[in-house]
Amino acid sequence: MAYKVFGLTASDQTSLLRIAILGLISIVAVGSRLYSVIRFESVIHEFDPWFNYRTTRYLVDNGFDKFWNWFDETAWYPLGRVVGGTLYPGIMVTSATIYNALHLVNIPVDIRNVCVFLAPAFSALTALATYQLGKEVKNATAGLLAAAFIGVAPGYISRSVAGSYDNEGIAIFLLVFTFFLWLRSVRLGSALYGALTAIFYFYMVSAWGGYVFIINLIPLHVFALLVMGRYSNRLYVAYSTFYVIGTLASMQIPFVGFQPTFTSEHMAALGTFGLIQLVAFASYVRTLVPSDQFRVLIRLSILGLFVVGFGGLVLLTMTKVIAPWTGRFYSLWDTAYAKVHIPIIASVSEHQPTAWPNFFFDLNMLIWLLPAGIYFSFRELSDNHVFLILYSLFAAYFAGVMVRLILTLTPIVCVMAGVAMANVFEIYLDFSKTKSKAEAVKAEDSVMEKKEREIQGELPAAKTIYETAGFKRFYALFPQIVVVANFLYFLCMFQLHCSWITSSAYSSPSVVLASRGPDGSHHIIDDFREAYYWLQMNTKPDAKVLSWWDYGYQLAGMADRTTLVDNNTWNNTHIATVGKILASDEDTAYELARHLDVDYVLVVFGGMLGYSGDDINKFLWMIRIAQGVYPDGFKEEDFYNAAGEYAIGDTASPTMRRSLMHKLCYYRFHEVMGPQGFDRVRKQKLPRDVTLDNFEEAYTTENWMVRIYRVKDLDNYGRSHHAASAFEGPRFKNDFVF
Amino acid sequence: MASQKQTQTQTDTQAVALRSLARRYTAQTPRRLRVIDAYMAFCVAVGVVQFVYCAAAGSFPYNAFLAGFGSAVACFVFAANLRMKTDPQNRQQFPGSSAEGAFGEFVFCHVVLHFVVANFLG
Repeated sequence: MAYKVFGLTASDQTSLLRIAILGLISIVAVGSRLYSVIRFESVIHEFDPWFNYRTTRYLVDNGFDKFWNWFDETAWYPLGRVVGGTLYPGIMVTSATIYNALHLVNIPVDIRNVCVFLAPAFSALTALATYQLGKEVKNATAGLLAAAFIGVAPGYISRSVAGSYDNEGIAIFLLVFTFFLWLRSVRLGSALYGALTAIFYFYMVSAWGGYVFIINLIPLHVFALLVMGRYSNRLYVAYSTFYVIGTLASMQIPFVGFQPTFTSEHMAALGTFGLIQLVAFASYVRTLVPSDQFRVLIRLSILGLFVVGFGGLVLLTMTKVIAPWTGRFYSLWDTAYAKVHIPIIASVSEHQPTAWPNFFFDLNMLIWLLPAGIYFSFRELSDNHVFLILYSLFAAYFAGVMVRLILTLTPIVCVMAGVAMANVFEIYLDFSKTKSKAEAVKAEDSVMEKKEREIQGELPAAKTIYETAGFKRFYALFPQIVVVANFLYFLCMFQLHCSWITSSAYSSPSVVLASRGPDGSHHIIDDFREAYYWLQMNTKPDAKVLSWWDYGYQLAGMADRTTLVDNNTWNNTHIATVGKILASDEDTAYELARHLDVDYVLVVFGGMLGYSGDDINKFLWMIRIAQGVYPDGFKEEDFYNAAGEYAIGDTASPTMRRSLMHKLCYYRFHEVMGPQGFDRVRKQKLPRDVTLDNFEEAYTTENWMVRIYRVKDLDNYGRSHHAASAFEGPRFKNDFVF
Repeated sequence: MASQKQTQTQTDTQAVALRSLARRYTAQTPRRLRVIDAYMAFCVAVGVVQFVYCAAAGSFPYNAFLAGFGSAVACFVFAANLRMKTDPQNRQQFPGSSAEGAFGEFVFCHVVLHFVVANFLG
């Protein structure tokens, strides 16, 4: 059956096809991430990417040594931040390397474009890595399907559109590739692949805090295999090589430091390493002293050691020899933990538990192919399949706990869906059996006909339509056609769903917003950049700008001004102080702001446009965080009115109306909206008589989204600002005529 | 009395088992593997010395201790890998691998490891 096309044998044709398909998958993966660039422009998105972009620029401009030792005194004023030691440098170094390589061959690309297009480029690599993983656990068909899935799955696109220059952009590639190398090293028992796993693990450690997932999942895999009585020398070679190199290498990243030797997150790996040494030794001894009971003994001792080790771990954690799990990890077990103990973690929307529709939204049909994939894995249950099952279960659990961990679930869902789909197609696209069956039916038919003719004499019997050979052939093919058509339909729907989600939900830079007028016209809302540009052009280079921490990275990246708090959120007290300033009354806030050297206060206000992610809606979290650190004088309930509502207008509680945030947002707002005006986000009537004495309005953007206030200097005559403005008389108050 | 006797026989059987173990080891292990075993014992000794020093004299500088101790552990592990892969009894467990290939992997792992260790020693 060797048909030759263009002089190629069948196997050559398949590999050519595979390469072509992978190429197309890569193109689709990159292409579907470019919506934001086409709709808006080549701009860095959101919040964290602005920090990564800023540090990358610093790295490119100043070189690696300076980057490594960078102390940034313009962040967390007046504390400063040791940037080099508190970041994962992987993504910056990657971009800088690409940038330098391109410049070496005289392609004068801008560093911003390298950063913007890094995540899409890596998504193509992720597709290739997923292909390898699928091929490793099943076959090339599963690999190709998995690659096609991950190329467009919204769960991954959400973190890797062009401009979303975040750690996850490269980390998912590293995650998948590390797991692929791990599985291969286990299958072959190859120290070479073990060492490669460790090298990519190191890259992963340098790129994303999610490396903890790898350093727990791989030991868990090993441990599960040991308990299943599946110890092999291959496993020993793979794991011990990976662990010793990986751990030593991971400690080279300053942010990780010596953590692998004393934090609970890393202890499972160490324990498993010790365990596999014992098991290896025991199994070696067994080759010298054969005994039937040895297997039983080994299992018993493994369980015993596990209990002892776990107990020891708990004991050491309790006696503080090993650092306890960090808050973020507690919140993985107990979803209510963060809300009670660490409001700052709970306040981040991506740390919320996942709602059910999210799974379907981000993964579409893949989510119901996952159980099918697990089923097929159980049927084969090789060492690799044990890994897939463990990965599925844990990632599914974590994705349920925290929205953003859908990201780590996506690769395994794609692989499992690929496995399930490949199994389906293997059975239902195999027409060779049906063909022979149909031929058999045909042959049987003609035999029957002959017999019938012999019996009935010369008259051939009139046949109904159900008895014709054509119908029977069709009937034999029918189930196959239905199933295949069904799945093809699902595949098409999947692609449509993914494109739609990507274009409608995940392609907004959030720095620039777009809206449609009632007539369908397209408006670009560029208030953030307007405000940051104003700051850059009109304030002193060393001006300190106070804002809620969400805008810290953007302020540093776009306005290039000193900030008090930013998205790094390493110092809860400092953030609480900022929250306190925004939540207290004008005079207390003024005192605190002057104490902290603040020159400008920036608030984001959506009342004019109906932008719901504004500071008034985040205000409750600021109060909660401030309350956690300064319990006296702060009560969340004080900010609700008598009816228990979170109101902003004239019915708002006195504390709310006195608070700085309220004043800064609504100061003079009724002048533009009129006396009957409404806040478009809260759908409530505006407050009247918002007075402001200690701060003066410096700039308000076109759509009132960003309002910047100057902290007034002390009065020249030593009066309080209230007295001074009372003396100067009402300038804006109640003097508008409608 | 009975329990004493029992422990007596237990230790006896243990001693017998250990002796038979030693005998089988000397009888079954090729010379090449015995060299590796000696090297592994040396690695353990190096590791133990460092650990004792760390426990006695304090762990500062911790990075140097970790690098030294880690490299001792890693050398032991890599030698164990090499031993497993070159043991003629394990031939079928490692499909498509040869003694030369195993040694190549051994060298590769060491190159990667000592690159890291040298960086970590500080």
